[in-house]
Amino acid sequence: MSGDLSELLKELKIQSTDELFKDIPESIRTKTLGLPKGMDEDEVRRVAGEYAGMNKTVNQSHSFLGFGLYNHFVPAAIANVVNRNEFLTAYTPYQAEISQGIMQALFEYQSLVAELLEMDAVNSSMYDVSTSLGEAARMAKNITGKDEFIVPKYISRNKRAVLENYAKGAEIKIKEVNLDENGMIDLTSLRKELTDDTCGVYVEYPNMFGIIDTNVSKIKEIIGDERIFVAGINPISLGVLAPPGKFGVDIAIGEGQVLGLGLNFGGPVVGIFGTKEQYIRKMPGKIMGITKDHNGKVAYSMILQTREQHIRRERAVTNMTSNQALMAIASAVYLSLLGDSGLRKIGEVNMGRTKELIEIVNEFGITMPYQASPVFNEFLIRLNESKTFVARIAKKYNLIPGYMLGKEYGFNDRNKSNIVVNVTERNTDDDFNAFREFLREVA
Amino acid sequence: MYHQAIFDEPNILDLKGRRTIKIPHEDEKFKIDVPAIMRRQTTGIGDREEFSIIRHYVKLSEMNFGADSGFYPLGSCTMKYNPKINDEIASLEGFRMIHPLQSSNEVQGALKLLYELTESLKKITGMDAITLQPLAGASGEFTGLSIVRDYFECTKQIDCRREVVVPDSAHGSNPASSRMAGFDVVQIPSTSDGTVDMQKFKEAVTEKTAAFMITNPNTLGIFEDKIVEMANYAHSRGALLYYDGANLNGIMTKTTPAKMGFDIVHLNLHKTFSTPHGGGGPGAGPVGVVEKLKDFLPYPQVTFDGTKYHCDYIPPKTIGKVASFYGNFGVLVRAWTYIKMMGEDGLRDACDTAVLNSNYMRKKMQEFMPVPGKAIKKHEFVASSMGANMPKAGDIAKHLIDNGVHAPTIYFPLIVPEALMIEPTESATKSEMDLFIETVRQTLKLPHETFEKEPVNLKVTRIDDVDASKNPRPSLRLVREQREPLQQVI
Repeated sequence: MSGDLSELLKELKIQSTDELFKDIPESIRTKTLGLPKGMDEDEVRRVAGEYAGMNKTVNQSHSFLGFGLYNHFVPAAIANVVNRNEFLTAYTPYQAEISQGIMQALFEYQSLVAELLEMDAVNSSMYDVSTSLGEAARMAKNITGKDEFIVPKYISRNKRAVLENYAKGAEIKIKEVNLDENGMIDLTSLRKELTDDTCGVYVEYPNMFGIIDTNVSKIKEIIGDERIFVAGINPISLGVLAPPGKFGVDIAIGEGQVLGLGLNFGGPVVGIFGTKEQYIRKMPGKIMGITKDHNGKVAYSMILQTREQHIRRERAVTNMTSNQALMAIASAVYLSLLGDSGLRKIGEVNMGRTKELIEIVNEFGITMPYQASPVFNEFLIRLNESKTFVARIAKKYNLIPGYMLGKEYGFNDRNKSNIVVNVTERNTDDDFNAFREFLREVA
Repeated sequence: MYHQAIFDEPNILDLKGRRTIKIPHEDEKFKIDVPAIMRRQTTGIGDREEFSIIRHYVKLSEMNFGADSGFYPLGSCTMKYNPKINDEIASLEGFRMIHPLQSSNEVQGALKLLYELTESLKKITGMDAITLQPLAGASGEFTGLSIVRDYFECTKQIDCRREVVVPDSAHGSNPASSRMAGFDVVQIPSTSDGTVDMQKFKEAVTEKTAAFMITNPNTLGIFEDKIVEMANYAHSRGALLYYDGANLNGIMTKTTPAKMGFDIVHLNLHKTFSTPHGGGGPGAGPVGVVEKLKDFLPYPQVTFDGTKYHCDYIPPKTIGKVASFYGNFGVLVRAWTYIKMMGEDGLRDACDTAVLNSNYMRKKMQEFMPVPGKAIKKHEFVASSMGANMPKAGDIAKHLIDNGVHAPTIYFPLIVPEALMIEPTESATKSEMDLFIETVRQTLKLPHETFEKEPVNLKVTRIDDVDASKNPRPSLRLVREQREPLQQVI
């Protein structure tokens, strides 16, 4: 050891750092882990470049794959902001006065999303939408003291699996309600499923099939104030679709990935979580608040920390510590870049382009199980061909036609293919042409 | 000396202008049919130019402190330097522009990377299987404890094994995660040397115990040298042993959680493996388990058949999922890069240096303030300002940040009064450490009234905590709806 280090050893009056580990019993010491020698930057670049090159990106095919994670346009300014060293390499702002910058940035995220949702309060991020749903169910139980949580039969298995895990620990029972013939939440069966033990009901718009479920406007009235209404939204749709606040929603959740985060093989993303003022103290996650300092100057602080694990320990509202703060800032940059007019525009482009692709689908007389229902940027088609055949034709046109639903969703017919097709503003006319050629062969 | 910038920067919602960013298909007109009840006219978020936005965030970032701004000795947070190559690799298009639902044939490179990271973490922890899915340390804890629960459910013992035992020095997330997974929490006290009280431990760990959860080195930076005895005892009572990997940097390469006798481990890649904390996240909290628990891991698991990588393996007794997809992939890429760059020698050197730095600071600071517990520390130590006439830990912290030195973690662990929890990591020079030590030494000599008005050199002085908690204002929307007096100054 050289320089600094040998001076430190001298200060400690020891020969080598081994002496600092002598309290680790010999019997459990490791000789070697068997990891290889370190690389230099150039080598790691070469290896990583090779691995990255083994992946086929969505830019290298005609992709209509969405289903929970969407291929939206990512403005260059976002990476520039989140790579600012002072944001990127900061810890959670426990020393508020030296961290006002990131606290303001996170408060702005909360404020922008609160406007988008028309909800009073938004936390400074959850891990992803699935954990937002799990936490929403726990919060509903916490508020009401009841333990049955109702979800639609069709939500993505990813969300469902995470929810079940959270529910199990909290002893919450999950019940299902079916969709009606329009692919919207079936209000008659919802009424039937409601019991005295129901703590909350979850409904999505757009839902798993992309349908803008107009029944959300009736849910709160049906379930009443004593039960928690949890709505799942797609934030990029809220320039053209009514916000959850308009429908009496108690907890609004969504996947913030669409707000400029890119794909990144599924993460990091960001879970949106908003609620009404009356429930703020039951809300999980870190919350930045605006307040004042002792001189009366506007200041930001991490509020309601007594809800959290570092103070409340086993009685905390959640175990969450790290969150997705940087991704929340990225979404805030996105929302401010697009602004009101851009959000409206991007909503129109997504809906409009989706409608154009549906017109192509209609040209071929392809079955759309919920043809009559309005959709945002995803829709379900049913082809009378096996999945293997469909996959082969798709490959021929270098196309990913969407997400193929399988038996986990109850689609067992081997001679049919049920595909959830997603269209975003990134899809070009070339992509549409490939889709048309594909349909020509599978219709 | 570090001086932070000060700007009176308005809320971004109040930056008004016109939109300059163009959206694909910007100039095309679309006629859309939104049902009347679902229509929206305006969002209330306004428009502004890209240049205004960048200027805004540059100013905000200049009012923030990160590990790249200077020495950042937050105990239990491992604020080591985040090598820039990590970010470059994570931003490769081949990693950024892939979708987790693509066919595995199209993402072989990503799966190969995940598989290699898994293999490396198996070696580092000695565990038999790893999941990369958990999204943060606490998410890893929840995963691990869900595995504990389902394991005992499977062995039909869950009705009697309802308890998780944790030391009183544990991270708060340990009891919180235990509760979330459905367990009751039993807390045991530490001895005066800062380690687990064996007598109390043996009383607490019984046939009702599902797991004993501990971090080693513990939060006082002390290696629990009776760990093997504890492991044997817990196992003899039928309980599992859970390793909170937050402090792995203090023993990495020297021993492994497996050798210590642990059954379940979570790691914090954003601590030990140099991925940036991002002001609170994203992190990543992989979980490792021993052979008998590997069937309980979340699905899907990445597997390798000798020629191809697959990502559809569902462990037979899986707990299910803890995240939408494969975890925080961008973070995992950075950790993979770090391990590749460091190699075994680099990781050993990181641990040696971190522990040397910590002991150097401990020795120096012991000269003027109490440092409870055994002398030899690992990657961190806790000093206390409980001595006669010493300022409160909170006051010391504010004085430090006011003088260009970032504060340590304070008031944690809870078992030490007026705690200053200091973790220099390997990313600190002697002069940086000396400046910190000297500033603390001088602080202890100051008359207490000095602190009342501090900080004075930063954007704001101390926060009005009474107002903040009495009037929670989590959005501008709520402030404006309430028409409170504060509105006038915003």
